[in-house]
Amino acid sequence: MQDRTDLLEEQIDQWRSYLRRRQTIHSVEISELEDHLREQVGVLEAAGLASDEAFLVAVKRLGDLDALTREFAREHSGRLWKQLMVSSSGSGEPLAAARRDALVAFCLAAGAAAAVKLPQLFGIPLHGDGGFYLRNLSFFVLPLLAGYFAWKRRLHSRMWRWLVLGFGVAAVFANVYPLAPQSSSEVLTALHLPIALWLVVGIAYAGGRWRQSEGRMDFIRFSGELFIYYVLIALGGGVLSAFLVMTFHTIGINAQPFIASWLLPCGAAGAVVVASWLVETKQSVIENMAPVLTRLFTPLFAAMLVTFLAALAWTGHGVAIERDLLLGFNLLLVVVLGLLLYFISARDPWARPGAFDGMQVVLVVSALLADAVALWAIAARINQFGFSSNRVAVLGINLILLVNLTWSAVLYIRFLRGRGSYEGLERWQTNYLPVYAAWAAVVVIVFPPVFGYH
Amino acid sequence: MGIGKDLIAASSIPIVLAILAEEDSYGYAILQRVRAWSAGRIQWTDGMLYPVLHRLERLGHIAARWEVAESGRRRKYYRITARGRGQLAEERRQWQAVDATLRSLWGALLVPVAKAAR
Repeated sequence: MQDRTDLLEEQIDQWRSYLRRRQTIHSVEISELEDHLREQVGVLEAAGLASDEAFLVAVKRLGDLDALTREFAREHSGRLWKQLMVSSSGSGEPLAAARRDALVAFCLAAGAAAAVKLPQLFGIPLHGDGGFYLRNLSFFVLPLLAGYFAWKRRLHSRMWRWLVLGFGVAAVFANVYPLAPQSSSEVLTALHLPIALWLVVGIAYAGGRWRQSEGRMDFIRFSGELFIYYVLIALGGGVLSAFLVMTFHTIGINAQPFIASWLLPCGAAGAVVVASWLVETKQSVIENMAPVLTRLFTPLFAAMLVTFLAALAWTGHGVAIERDLLLGFNLLLVVVLGLLLYFISARDPWARPGAFDGMQVVLVVSALLADAVALWAIAARINQFGFSSNRVAVLGINLILLVNLTWSAVLYIRFLRGRGSYEGLERWQTNYLPVYAAWAAVVVIVFPPVFGYH
Repeated sequence: MGIGKDLIAASSIPIVLAILAEEDSYGYAILQRVRAWSAGRIQWTDGMLYPVLHRLERLGHIAARWEVAESGRRRKYYRITARGRGQLAEERRQWQAVDATLRSLWGALLVPVAKAAR
């Protein structure tokens, strides 16, 4: 009998936490429903049902949970927006956990902000020779961020060691080479180190699920949402700074030095952690932001590229070969890849191919054609330009993206013709993540000695 | 015999108000009263009662309080307000008008309806 009641309590617990995840039903309402459920179970048990049977019948009589949450959402329509503020929707234990989580996140954000100013204590000024800050930008924030996730996911000490090792090795390679100040090697290191270390953050984020495709896909989703939150926070910060300057100007105080040496660097570092925490906390509410933007811009980008190709064919103009030509096309491929990734991340893998899938294929194929034209144009002249570290890095990224998108297009077309599964496409993208990090690591570790630290 | 979704939705407010006009009550007991009064003809999905209660509470027709029931559980009791009684009287007037109209129609149509049914 004791087992029976325990089992019932466990089932009710599960049911409660399931409802709690639907953020449109508040905890007071859940306790009201729970009282109902318990009374119904009691009546059914008195009528001779076993407690687990009684529980099933009682839950069934409450009605379809989707329909129920919809009704609640309709009655409390303001609530979905209120969710954007961090609400104390849980009670008791979850609330304490949420508070602790917030506390840790804000402490880490403060830590990141302080870390930016730390080198100044050792006589390395922020606005002096920027090289040190440029190379070590990642180390002010990313270790703290990885630490936050490692703490949150309760990683094994073995995993902790790997994370520390990853950051340690990166820190050594970022600082050990005698890079010429302002050289392109230094700029390349500064640009590629965060990419490589972002993978380390991803391993912490995914916890034990990094080896699973779903775990890596969650990290892709997280990255997209983080980017959006970060941009929003940055916009807010810009507005704040503008008002700060304006109001203090009226009383004859120049606030710009404060902004340049404190608010901007510390804010930019702390905001990464805060934005990550927000994405984590508010995951279920606006996780659709990146996919919505994707849906909006996929047709526009596809139309732009198709028109470009048509104009290219029609006018017969060659592509003007300039120094930054490939860089521009790299950015284009990154955007297209982003559109593809965030479309994939939100698409129901079981849905039948639709018009939007066709649009994605048009987008990817036209981007590939455009890039091929650019590559063709530059290949002829590459000897003339010579192989500088910059050019090799840009060319390498272009090839990596080209391979990814080409195979994506093949997999996508196969899926559209019913000869491949959507999962294959998803898996290809998530398996490809380490390639970016590996290339970034090569640029940081191998390039400087090969190109003479210039 | 089932009753259509729209009719259930429309009738839920006067039914809940009328039951609460009898005496203060809580969700599960209200549903029991609905079953008893309708002799089982009206079957609500249990959960759907609560959004209706919350809407009435928001409109000020009923007021809620938490009490500890004899089982030791916290339970939310609802009480009809003066405004709710006014609403109930208004609903009653409207439903009686509909009911009276339908009654006289049924009387006039008795023969043709029966024929069609046969």
